[in-house]
Amino acid sequence: MQVSRLLPFLRSKPTDGSDPDGSPTAHPSARPLAYRTQGLTKTYGEGRSAVHALRSVDLEVTQGELLVLLGPSGSGKSTLLNILGGLDRGTSGHVWFQGQDLSLLDDRRLTLYRRQHVGFVFQFYNLMPSLTARENVELVTEIARDPLPADEALSLVGLGARLDHFPSQLSGGEQQRVAIARAVAKRPTVLFCDEPTGALDSTTGRAVLRVLADVNRKLGTTVMIVTHAAATAAMANSVLHFADGQIRAVEHNATPAAPEEIHW
Amino acid sequence: MSPRRAPNPLMAKLGRDLWRIKGQAAAIAVVIAIGVMMQVMMAGLVASLSETRDAYYQRYRLAQVFAPVARAPEALRSELARIEGVAQAETRVIGAGRVELAGQPLPIAARLISLPDLGAPRLNAIYPIAGRALDPNAADEVLLLDSFAAAHGLQVGHALSVTLNGHRRDLRIAGLVKSPEFLYISAPGELIPDDARFAVLWMSRSALAANFDLKGAFNEALLSLTREAKLPAVIAAADRLLEPYGAQGSYGLEDQFSNRFVSEEIKGLEVSALVVPPIFLIIAAFLLYIVISRMVQAERQEIGLMKAFGYSNLEVGWHYVQLVLLIALAGALLGCGLGVWAGQSLIGLYTQYYKFPFLVFQLQPSAFVVGIAAALGSAAAGSLFVLRRLVRLVPAEAMRPPAPADFSGTGRWTKGLVQAMDQLSRMVLRRVLRQPWRMAGAVLGIAAGMGLTLAMLTIYAGFERALDLSFSVLDRSDASVAFLGPQSPASLTALARLPGVWQVEPQRHVPVVLRKGRRSHKSSLTGLVPQARLLRVVDDKGRQQALPGAGLVIAKPLAKILDVAPGDSLRVEVREGARPVLTIPVVGLAESLLGAPVYINLEALGRLMGQPGQINAAALEIAPGQESQVYQSLKDMPRVAGVSLQSDTRKAFETLMNQGAGAMRFVMGFMAFIITFGIVYNAARVAQAERARDLASLQILGYTHGEVAYVLLGELAVITLLAIPLGSLIGHLLSFAIAEGFSTELYQVPARFIPETHGTAALTVLAASAVSGWLVQRGLAKRDLTAALKSRE
Repeated sequence: MQVSRLLPFLRSKPTDGSDPDGSPTAHPSARPLAYRTQGLTKTYGEGRSAVHALRSVDLEVTQGELLVLLGPSGSGKSTLLNILGGLDRGTSGHVWFQGQDLSLLDDRRLTLYRRQHVGFVFQFYNLMPSLTARENVELVTEIARDPLPADEALSLVGLGARLDHFPSQLSGGEQQRVAIARAVAKRPTVLFCDEPTGALDSTTGRAVLRVLADVNRKLGTTVMIVTHAAATAAMANSVLHFADGQIRAVEHNATPAAPEEIHW
Repeated sequence: MSPRRAPNPLMAKLGRDLWRIKGQAAAIAVVIAIGVMMQVMMAGLVASLSETRDAYYQRYRLAQVFAPVARAPEALRSELARIEGVAQAETRVIGAGRVELAGQPLPIAARLISLPDLGAPRLNAIYPIAGRALDPNAADEVLLLDSFAAAHGLQVGHALSVTLNGHRRDLRIAGLVKSPEFLYISAPGELIPDDARFAVLWMSRSALAANFDLKGAFNEALLSLTREAKLPAVIAAADRLLEPYGAQGSYGLEDQFSNRFVSEEIKGLEVSALVVPPIFLIIAAFLLYIVISRMVQAERQEIGLMKAFGYSNLEVGWHYVQLVLLIALAGALLGCGLGVWAGQSLIGLYTQYYKFPFLVFQLQPSAFVVGIAAALGSAAAGSLFVLRRLVRLVPAEAMRPPAPADFSGTGRWTKGLVQAMDQLSRMVLRRVLRQPWRMAGAVLGIAAGMGLTLAMLTIYAGFERALDLSFSVLDRSDASVAFLGPQSPASLTALARLPGVWQVEPQRHVPVVLRKGRRSHKSSLTGLVPQARLLRVVDDKGRQQALPGAGLVIAKPLAKILDVAPGDSLRVEVREGARPVLTIPVVGLAESLLGAPVYINLEALGRLMGQPGQINAAALEIAPGQESQVYQSLKDMPRVAGVSLQSDTRKAFETLMNQGAGAMRFVMGFMAFIITFGIVYNAARVAQAERARDLASLQILGYTHGEVAYVLLGELAVITLLAIPLGSLIGHLLSFAIAEGFSTELYQVPARFIPETHGTAALTVLAASAVSGWLVQRGLAKRDLTAALKSRE
């Protein structure tokens, strides 16, 4: 049902970037586009020592998709995630979020973009050790426009009973679930997950993936997961294979598997 | 990787680590450098001053006992020389005189000293600067103290009009000299150094004796001692021999006016050299401890990894100790360089006040060694605590992701408090509460810095107050006149009649030795009328004290030296006239910031001396605009020994305070500020480094720079606000200790509570916090968010 438009090898014609919802005539998908990139390039350093993290990536992401980005270390998948999430900027090329060119935003507007639209989940959770589970979620709900109540967000990830525990009192899987609750509590348009199960055992990892799938399904949030674990691809609508800063292949998955069926 | 090859990669890490913390490392190195600088400078100054003094005294044979007498036959010299313990005895004629200089409105007091007609004196030789020796056949030749000559532009060959024993004589300057007897020079009866208002002249013995009717006689004997000599026994024996001839009481070199000041200065430097550098080194050790403990905390994964590879605790520990030692060594070497530079600059200042023929700043190898060793030692001590933690680390740490810091203990303290707070404020509060000892350390550090700044500010204000109190409250006269010897009350009437003189108050100064038990002090009694209006006796509340019919009112610092309180009695040995030995009760304490005077009712003093009504000095109040007329009249009065103006004294005092020894307070104040800033900056850097990951997470969550900076700076603000009241208290207490240290016999620095200085010190700390906060938060805007998450804490 979800379709991603991917144009890795051919130069696409310029899209009208001012159309916030994407145009049904320009895109055959029934759903609007969340992201579109054109010639997105990221280079670290200059001259001979330059490292090309992204080489002219063209990509379209439909709203509500669950994408998995696969590839070896250094293939550019995290770099792409960071640029889409407004944590970094491309060296050249364009990124449109709902028609808005992110590369034109100043720091203040980029912060606002993250505040209103983006949720992040990292490998090492990055919770505030000085705040309880509930307070970590409230950290986000305090500044979001139409957030879920913190308790509800925590119930969504199955942590309704451990609201007043500090991170040091939670297991790794529980911490990661708090991080997910924190990320989804703002009802983000898109949820970026960089190796969300990297530090977890497989049982806990599956539970975390279940939460991500639920968020995607119940809230309609676009979810992009960067991972080393190829098995995770089974639960995605689309899988992007990265190598050398480019998207080398795209798989579409008409019948995504349930996270419980995944083994790695 | 084998442990044998360890040094190379670890050395590279060492270099990079140092570069990474360069700001903090530099701040700490500067604090160490200041401590070592003080050590090297003060040790060098002490050595330079004391060795130069000793060499000068020895080479120019300065006497160790001075024995003034009214008139003793020259034949007594050989008897003095035979006293057990006496190595050399010399006799001489000394006298008071007055120099009249064209263009000088006031008569200038002079001391005349005889030199043997032939050959050099056995004791108290002089150091020629210009001209030649005295011609024994020329009765009108003098040698003049060179600093006085320089102050008035006098040169060899110039004529000098001098009043000797009431007779005016025209003398010629044959040469300019220095003398170890006059290293420190001030006008008679005053304590502030002043080259221009006191002349010392040397004349041939026969010529001077003729002027003072002392042919074949002497009025001062000088003795040097053998190594085994016992000073009190020699003094007692000399007094016994001279008794029939009007002995005025012998005294040792330690009571000699000039030597007393030089020795006090050296003693003060010695005390400072012991006390000041350790303060800086302890603070530096504390800062290093914080930096290294943070580093070990942040690098525990690397440490675990190194251990897993087979590095021993010793090798890993040595790596961190090396870092500390490198910082300390850099600071110490910088301090050595600065110490030499500061010593060389300051030594020039000392030659202004202490008239050494030469004074070279001496490098003290031992001071370098002590300074460097103390710096390295205190730095290593600071890091040892951290190493214990490092040894306890298990290699398996390297395999685990960093566990979140445990904040669960802070909950119960804050339950009620956090209700009203947003999440960011909770983060600030819980971090402050989580490691209360660590926070207390930071608070204490900043408070200590503020205390030091506050104490120095209080001392500055104290100097101002000393000036104000001395010249506006205690001494309200315009001029004081000293007479040649005791005068009848008629002299007072003569002064009062001078046109332009508004008010005259009689005074009498009598040299005495005060004793209480084993303590004694060479001093003088100041006789005043009971309700004096020009020179007033004031208690510590600023109220004038009346002088009762009998009894002494003594200056507070002197009461401390002698350990007496009102109600006690002092043994007073008068060193003039019939030299009575009296027992007089102490009836009050007087506030005094200049010198350490002892006041007594003038009438009572006259009775005790058997010379009722006699005076030897007077304070004058002069009508504005009529000064020159009054000065001219005073010049024409032959019994006037000298006149000093209050305005001159005040100026000399201000010069001393701002350029001389008192100038050290500015240096100290500057250093206090450096320390305060260093501590605050360090606290801010540590807070920033420890929270880099949290702060990056906040930014990723969509918090703005301002909101993130609030979390970072909120902690610094809490620490700063807690530190300010504590710093006020520390500074208040410290100011008393430092005031004590700055106070000498010459002047007392009062410490007292002045609200403005507390405000200024608090503002200084706030400014240091603001600047440090600004410096660290600047980094927030620039950094790479994802890198901050991946990098070490």
